[in-house]
Amino acid sequence: MDLLKVNWGRRKHSLFYYLFLASKQLFPLDLYLFSPNPFRFDQPSSSSRLFDFGRMSQAGVDVPAKGGFSFDLCKRNDMLIQKGLKAPSFLKTGTTIVGLIFKDGVILGADTRATEGPIVADKNCEKIHYMAPNIYCCGAGTAADTEAVTGIFLSNIDMVSSQLRLHRYQTGRDSRVITALTLLKKHLFSYQGHVSAALVLGGVDITGPHLHTIYPHGSTDTLPFATMGSGSLAAMSVFEAKYKEGLTRDEGIKLVAEAICSGIFNDLGSGSNVDICVITKGHKEYLRNYMEPNPRTYVSSKGYSFTKKTEVLRTKITPLMERVEITEVGEAMEE
Amino acid sequence: MSIFEYNGSAVVAMVGKNCFAIASDRRLGVQLQTIATDFQRISKIHDRVFIGLSGLATDVQTLYQRLVFRHKLYQLREERDMKPETFASLVSAILYEKRFGPYLCQPVIAGLGEDDKPFICTMDSIGAKELAKDFVVSGTASESLYGACEAMYKPDMEAEELFETISQALLSSVDRDCLSGWGGHVYVVTPNEIKERILKGRMD
Repeated sequence: MDLLKVNWGRRKHSLFYYLFLASKQLFPLDLYLFSPNPFRFDQPSSSSRLFDFGRMSQAGVDVPAKGGFSFDLCKRNDMLIQKGLKAPSFLKTGTTIVGLIFKDGVILGADTRATEGPIVADKNCEKIHYMAPNIYCCGAGTAADTEAVTGIFLSNIDMVSSQLRLHRYQTGRDSRVITALTLLKKHLFSYQGHVSAALVLGGVDITGPHLHTIYPHGSTDTLPFATMGSGSLAAMSVFEAKYKEGLTRDEGIKLVAEAICSGIFNDLGSGSNVDICVITKGHKEYLRNYMEPNPRTYVSSKGYSFTKKTEVLRTKITPLMERVEITEVGEAMEE
Repeated sequence: MSIFEYNGSAVVAMVGKNCFAIASDRRLGVQLQTIATDFQRISKIHDRVFIGLSGLATDVQTLYQRLVFRHKLYQLREERDMKPETFASLVSAILYEKRFGPYLCQPVIAGLGEDDKPFICTMDSIGAKELAKDFVVSGTASESLYGACEAMYKPDMEAEELFETISQALLSSVDRDCLSGWGGHVYVVTPNEIKERILKGRMD
């Protein structure tokens, strides 16, 4: 049982203490029953969360959670929405993401614009995420979802990139693209589309080059060339016209760049630069900002000069302590 | 009205040469009524990392307390301060945990990393990190701030010039936003000192 092996700090607690803690981080059943909030359809097999029916989650002590989503602010947010305040909009990556299979492997491409409603929030964001040394994934949709689902920063073992790494350690073999695909689609399906991430997954493993698309509800396609995002139609038109099997590396890169550019110029949700990732057997090349078709041309060389200075009411200066480097001098103690 | 417009806020951070500046407005309002003119939106996590939170004021204060708690635990376990990149990942994870019932605030994180290299980033309310090399903005005045910073910013500014630039950008943007303003609060952090200044702005 996982519970017995977990250390809390440096002391091992008894099983009863864990049961007590786990029951505090429970799934709020009454929230699920009475409000349209999503939750996981499938139970994680090694569930360390026990259900105490009828009791609301009490976040009295904010100990670091064991992972997964917590729903304790849902009721308050719903109350605010009923009072007439609109829900917040999230950072979306409007996007054009593409992938294609060429002679020796897979090429993935993406634009670099992140939008918040109609405003460009980030002019140069990274949409090609690392999954494994031989597998990369482009993400469209809500930015937080694409980062979380492919990322490793959450301690939750459900995040795919860390699961793949653990699997590599366990089997001693390189990850296969189909493994990443199955993990991603299981995760996305279990949240029934509420985790809004549309992905293009590509990589080269022992069985050859593979390219897949994954939709937010969990369905997948296996294709020789694929596009996703708001600019997918613009990019797909380029692919449908010019794609052929057995492209060389340079032809493939040129075609991907052309497809992304057509998304950048014709779709308002995509813009800025072109990122490209070329994956071949045993080797990968991440060309960040491969093309920059939209440089800022109106930079004034003399900068901005302010005629009237700001008025300061109060100033407080806190000197910072000098950082001291401690070097070990002398010999270490011997037994 | 959006939830973010309930209290009104404006936060901006800019990168300079081995220093950074983070600034916010000082108004706390309840829709159109101002109830405080000295609200603290920027908080120090440790000497080299600051976080500015815009959005619903109650979540600003709760989230700040949670983050200070987590950072203190980290200090006890690791016997050192958190690097700004690590802190940004921590904030992102805490916000994403509440993906389906989020904290209604948008953080701006600024810090000095290894070798005194400045680091800034912002996130939306569910933790999508947006790293930038020049400036980041957040709050109800964010659209004006984007424009002002885009025009006034130039790379590698020294501390005094950076202070002037960020103050002018902040004050000119909040002057065009009803929900934020009533002065400014600017922190300029270099490897040797933290300079905190209160600005005089339009009080309307």
